[in-house]
Amino acid sequence: MLTLDRVTVRYGASVAVDAVSESAAAGEWVGVIGANGAGKSSLLKAVAHLVPHEGVVGIGSETMSRLSPRRRARLVAYVPQQPELPAGMSVLDYTLLGRTPHIGYFGVESMHDRERSAEVLDRIGLAPLTDRYLSTLSGGEVQRVVLARALAQEAPVLLLDEPTSALDLGRRVDALELVDELRRERALTVLSAMHDLTLAAQFADRLVLLADGRVIASGPPADVLDEEVLSACFGGRVRVLTDDDGQLLVVPQRSRGRIGC
Amino acid sequence: MSARAKSPPPRRGPTRIRVGGISTVVLVGAMLLATAVGPVNISVGDVVGTILAHLPFLDFHTATSPVDQAIVWQLRLPRVVLAALVGAMLAAGGTSYQGVLRNSLADPFLLGVAAGAGLGATVAIVTGHGGGIVLPASAFVGAVLAVGLTYLVATSGGGPASGYAILLAGVAIAAMLTAVQTYLQQRHTEEIRQIYNWILGSFSVASWSDVRLVLPYVVVSAVVLLAHRRVLDVLRLGGEESGALGIHPERSRLIIVAAATLGTAAAVSVSGLIGFVGIIVPHAVRLAASTSYRVVLPVSMVCGAAFLVLADLVARTIQAPTELPVGVVTAVTGAPFFLLVLRSRRTRHGVL
Repeated sequence: MLTLDRVTVRYGASVAVDAVSESAAAGEWVGVIGANGAGKSSLLKAVAHLVPHEGVVGIGSETMSRLSPRRRARLVAYVPQQPELPAGMSVLDYTLLGRTPHIGYFGVESMHDRERSAEVLDRIGLAPLTDRYLSTLSGGEVQRVVLARALAQEAPVLLLDEPTSALDLGRRVDALELVDELRRERALTVLSAMHDLTLAAQFADRLVLLADGRVIASGPPADVLDEEVLSACFGGRVRVLTDDDGQLLVVPQRSRGRIGC
Repeated sequence: MSARAKSPPPRRGPTRIRVGGISTVVLVGAMLLATAVGPVNISVGDVVGTILAHLPFLDFHTATSPVDQAIVWQLRLPRVVLAALVGAMLAAGGTSYQGVLRNSLADPFLLGVAAGAGLGATVAIVTGHGGGIVLPASAFVGAVLAVGLTYLVATSGGGPASGYAILLAGVAIAAMLTAVQTYLQQRHTEEIRQIYNWILGSFSVASWSDVRLVLPYVVVSAVVLLAHRRVLDVLRLGGEESGALGIHPERSRLIIVAAATLGTAAAVSVSGLIGFVGIIVPHAVRLAASTSYRVVLPVSMVCGAAFLVLADLVARTIQAPTELPVGVVTAVTGAPFFLLVLRSRRTRHGVL
């Protein structure tokens, strides 16, 4: 279980995340939404302890700030929006980097680490790509490999920063379905920054809407996705529709130049 | 799909063992050859016999003449061993700097080692300490201080120093120290030749005492760097992602830079500034074998040693009895060789 108590991130004089207090149960998927610059990425980085911040991030009975980087990396896995993909590195070697928090500082991977990584690749359907170089993969494959590295960490909390921003429509759903299956299998707590509000509504158990670093609304998607609030936060006209299956659809609208009435 | 669930953990060994084996054989061959060849050619058998006869705890007697034994043991072997040590260290330093700075153009001299050592050596020479221990000591201190200064400047802005900040600071510090060195050099025109000889690099006066001087530094540096070979791979992901994997990126960077600098400074202090080894050797290994630092670091050390031993052999034989500066040989032979490797493996998935 993940708890955030008044988490604040400052960059110089500006406040990127302003006293955010939230929590997520084990196995829960919480989507963080908000306009560009609302503080989504900064919030995730604060949870992963990658930026200086105030407030307390707790995971189970542990407090992140009191732990060593290694211990933290065993509790929280972080997937950045634009992961670094080193040239000439194979899919397996990249996945093995995820085992770092389980390997001594001067150590190298054991057979066990290799088995766990192979298992993860197998689970994600990447076993045939094990020896391929990262540079030869498609966008969807890259996304899965990065997820594989994060899963190899075997941390109970998974942070995803815009996990689908580089993918086409079909791959987006695939990627999120995979995350959904994995979090159910492994009871992962997922905290993800999401751009696509319709997909966020479909996949997340709960949404947290940020604006200027503050929590504007938090709760089930149907409660958070309010036309007026979204229009105000995203600075444009937004319609929230419900399709025949009861799914929420968030549709941006042109604000000017519409013909007739 | 799940039928493959117990897929065997893939092997990585064979390439590494093959590449390591080949390069080690090449190094031993190069060292024997370089010891055998010279104004007086001595057979490889006599070289091996002489070495065995000089090893402690080994009651080995050789029929090689005392003169040949003296040539091998007193003149050539220290030179060959020193060239190997310096070559290994320059390659290790270059590899480590490239890893830490995440910049494939980094070489072991980039952060001020060359400029600092050059200034240190120049100061020693113009103050009349061109011989003995003062020259290498002064070069060593100059190199270490220069890199320390670079690191201080790069981190003085507060917050963690990015690779770029360190690099730019290194360039600035190097320019400044080189200017001071040039000034001193112009003020003491009578010593220019001696300064120039040192800067171009040479093993012509190598002795066992030089080997003893650098050996501890090179060993400590190599052990620390090799211990970080996996950390170097993690650092390829950048500060943020390596931090998320449980590494302390700034601390690891500092340790690696310190170790690489100490070793490089020691190597430079006895050899002068020998260019190209630290940048060409690691890249050739990357292109030929693997980009993982677990392969690049150890294999580069072996290849760097072999390369410099052979370069020094060329330097002293090609226009005997005069010697070419070994730095000239490394550049003239290294660059075309590197271009050849680059051409043949250019398509290899954007390795460079």
